[in-house]
Amino acid sequence: MRTYARIASLLISLGLLASLVACGAGKAAGPVTIHVLTMDQAGLKPAEIDQIARDFEAANPDIKVVMEYLGYDYIHDKIVTGMAAKPPAYDAAMLDVIWPDEFIKAQYLLDVTDRVTDQMKNEMFPASWNGVTRNGRIYGMPWLMDVKYFMYNKDMLEKAGITAPPTTWEELVDQAKTIKEKGIVEFPIIWSWPQKEGAVCDFTVLLFGNGGAFLDAEGKPVFNNEKGVEVLTWMKQTLDDGLSNPSSVSSDENAVRDAFIAGKAAFAVNWLFQFSDSNDPSKSQIPGQAAFAPMPVFAAGKAAGVEGSSVDGSSAFAIMATTPYPDQTWKFLSYLASKEVQTKYSAEMLPVWQTSFEGDSLNQLLAANPTNPITVPAFLAQFPYANERPTVPYYNEASAALQLAIQEALTGVKTPQQALDDAAAKWVSLAGG
Amino acid sequence: MTVATPSYSAKRRSLRQQDARIAWLFIAPSLVVILGITLWPIIYTFLLSFFVAPTGINQVRTFVGLGNYLTLIRDPTFWETIGRTLHFTIVSVGLEMVLGLAVAQLIHAHPPGWRVLRFSLIIPWAVPTIVNGAMWRWIYNGDFGALNGLLLQLGLIRHYIPWLTLPSLAMDLVILADVWHMMPFVALILQAALAALPVELEEAAAVDGANALQRFWSIRLPLLRPAILVALIVRTVDAFRVFDIAYIITNGGPAFRTVTITYLTYFNTFAWGKQGLGAALSFLISLFSIGMAIIFIRWLYRPEEIA
Amino acid sequence: MRPRRKTLRKMGLFLLTLPVFAFIYFPILWLVSASLSTQVELFAVPPHWIPQHPTLANYLEILFPSLAVSSVPRAFGIALMNSVKIASAVTLICIVVGGLAAYALVRIPFRAGPVILIGVLGTRMIPEVSLILPLFIVASSLRLINRPEVLVLTYMSFALPFAIWMMAAFFQTIPIELEDAARIDGCSRLGILRRIVMPLAVPGLVATAMFTFLLAWDEFFYALIFTSTLAAKTAPVAISEFVGRYTVNITGMMAGGVLAALPPVLLALIFQRYIVRGMTAGAVKG
Repeated sequence: MRTYARIASLLISLGLLASLVACGAGKAAGPVTIHVLTMDQAGLKPAEIDQIARDFEAANPDIKVVMEYLGYDYIHDKIVTGMAAKPPAYDAAMLDVIWPDEFIKAQYLLDVTDRVTDQMKNEMFPASWNGVTRNGRIYGMPWLMDVKYFMYNKDMLEKAGITAPPTTWEELVDQAKTIKEKGIVEFPIIWSWPQKEGAVCDFTVLLFGNGGAFLDAEGKPVFNNEKGVEVLTWMKQTLDDGLSNPSSVSSDENAVRDAFIAGKAAFAVNWLFQFSDSNDPSKSQIPGQAAFAPMPVFAAGKAAGVEGSSVDGSSAFAIMATTPYPDQTWKFLSYLASKEVQTKYSAEMLPVWQTSFEGDSLNQLLAANPTNPITVPAFLAQFPYANERPTVPYYNEASAALQLAIQEALTGVKTPQQALDDAAAKWVSLAGG
Repeated sequence: MTVATPSYSAKRRSLRQQDARIAWLFIAPSLVVILGITLWPIIYTFLLSFFVAPTGINQVRTFVGLGNYLTLIRDPTFWETIGRTLHFTIVSVGLEMVLGLAVAQLIHAHPPGWRVLRFSLIIPWAVPTIVNGAMWRWIYNGDFGALNGLLLQLGLIRHYIPWLTLPSLAMDLVILADVWHMMPFVALILQAALAALPVELEEAAAVDGANALQRFWSIRLPLLRPAILVALIVRTVDAFRVFDIAYIITNGGPAFRTVTITYLTYFNTFAWGKQGLGAALSFLISLFSIGMAIIFIRWLYRPEEIA
Repeated sequence: MRPRRKTLRKMGLFLLTLPVFAFIYFPILWLVSASLSTQVELFAVPPHWIPQHPTLANYLEILFPSLAVSSVPRAFGIALMNSVKIASAVTLICIVVGGLAAYALVRIPFRAGPVILIGVLGTRMIPEVSLILPLFIVASSLRLINRPEVLVLTYMSFALPFAIWMMAAFFQTIPIELEDAARIDGCSRLGILRRIVMPLAVPGLVATAMFTFLLAWDEFFYALIFTSTLAAKTAPVAISEFVGRYTVNITGMMAGGVLAALPPVLLALIFQRYIVRGMTAGAVKG
């Protein structure tokens, strides 16, 4: 009786396996197919990227490109799982600026230093290579440069009798108080301070604007020194004074945009996309009212020589180290980031090519889209001051600790000093372990 | 197989052999599927829990024996997370059982429209978790949400409150969403059990002078035991391992306050690249769940009800 | 005297049902209302309980992909179909394969029975997050990623134990005397199963089918990790995609939510009689 069962199970499992293998084994020899994972709505729309892929295939008949689009929140996990497989599920993936260190340590990324052409190195913004270069080796292809901008509602400021946007955060507080007292809007400022990466982005902007930093020259955390504590205390103070919207503590950048374009905030720090959304009449209640101003800094920071501050939120494409098709993948990435393609779509996305911002190319760029004359100068003015978040391999966990600290301080669970000290201690243990 | 005129015990024996053969035949496909899919992953995870295994390619895996488990036990975050998860489980399941029983009783009493009520219950239960999560997240929205709108219009609050930013309240908000979703499940099971109860017992008791409360305690409740047990086990084990709904409504915030033990496993395995710790956590969760299930079964189950 | 007290009691009970109805329907009606609003109207303060400018645009974008402005609604219909196919396949296999196993475990006395039952339940105790990486490695080496089959298989790993457990409970409620009588009449095991047990077990089987369908339909995390192309993406994953990096299309998500909830809700409503009957049996005998 046992043997009956054994034979039966054996047959069944063989059958299952056979059918599974048969499903997959039907791969004839033919064009090489590469899989590229990218973020939904990062610069170009999926339809546009699909078009680029089709154009590439037309020019390269032996390569097929399969694009996968995913929300930002899930890309990291998908890369991690994808790389657990052999061959990897993806040949290339879009990386947020905070992931290369972790992925380099995990040996996920292919070193492409020798593939990068001189033209690319010289003509793209040098800063765009920062995100993907470590110890002199390059691990990816820049794609989209983005920084956080300071945007304000012109009409609201006018109504409050304010003639110019603030240049320091202290001025911002005064202007916000005026706006609030005049009853123009209940919470003049909205931030993204949720338990997500957005909180660390905002904190980066403010911290460096106060002359602070995350790590010192030896790589030890210093964000819990008096400069960092001042920043976090200031953040909490604006909440307590009713100047910053209390839901900042649970708003990500989408929610910040929602509030701003619904006319519920006079000042909002956000990525570039907020500007075009604010002018979209199908979504926005404030078309034409949004304007850029250079990101303010703290008075103390200004005194220390800090002229501007923002945070780098760029994305780049990287080739996965274990891909069987590095050459084909590199070919596609080069095409994707090429000057021609980026110029073609410059109405949607500012190019990473510095030369596109010079001379005739600049005129072309400005003409490509009615908002470019506004966004291009804002970009050129702000991005030189973009600060990087710490480039350490344990960044995700470190960021989680910092997010927690920010949340605890803002909700009054801990004092800013205590919260930052605890986070710093965690960073030290992560670095050691 | 069987002989022409067998002795009784011989016939029984061979019948039993035949039985066992058939039993294995019936069970084999299920076993193959379940074990085929889960056996290797379970073993892999179990073994992995004894290593420090950073995510990545060609990463060195260091054997640490019980090291991961020790790290977890020594980490206050681990205990805080267990505490939070227990809070979620006890409150959520408690509410679901109490409210579920109440609603079941209500339906059983056949008020006008009880059929409509019963089929309305199916709707929250059938709504997929992610839709449920997205819906409640929107209801709790601090600037535009329905909860704020409702409370404001009812005069219960004066300004909009950013619900999801309150550390003390966030977990309870997730609990509310879960109770809304699963209370109907409990109510339906209990109502079905109530409907199957023999009416005579309670009628006899009523004639003997027992009031409603006494009838409830001494007759109904004991008879409902099996149904309550079923609902309790299923809900407790699932509530302890909750993940999806916290992920969608609060992303674990504010200040980590809605991170449950499975969420912590997710963080370690995916976001922080610590697969060994993640595996150890998985095992602890499984052991805990199995333990709980066994306790419930022992506690409420009487031996003669096991087939 | 008596009839009046009775009507008072009925009225009292009826009043008690009102808060329950409110509790059930308030969120749902808000979901539906949001799905019929425009983005601008959704951000009204105080909220417009009933949209002043209702629109079917959110639904039309999903149901008629060519009208869609962004890619997410366009792909939603396909994701819904995938969910239907996958959940149906899982349910069918679980009922057939699991039903056999459940019957054997309950009716055929053999020593390993209870052990297997407990072991089978035990596999459900492990959180799915834990098994994903090794499962992914296996699935990927079998080239199953982004194919609906991978979800069918992985879902069965948790749906099958559950289905077996439920059906075992239902089979127990069938009076054993009937089966014994048939046996004495010389009926084979399979024959008993077919002629006697099945007809009586139908409500239980339908109830189990409903639960299994719901379980499979509901699943999010495995679907998220194992599939991202249209070939196999399911409805929950599609809903999560309304949250893009820069835009949360709330109205679209609500409309998608309603549509994603419809199949299970409709099925549950259609088969509610069976569900109730099935739950009765299961509940009584545990």
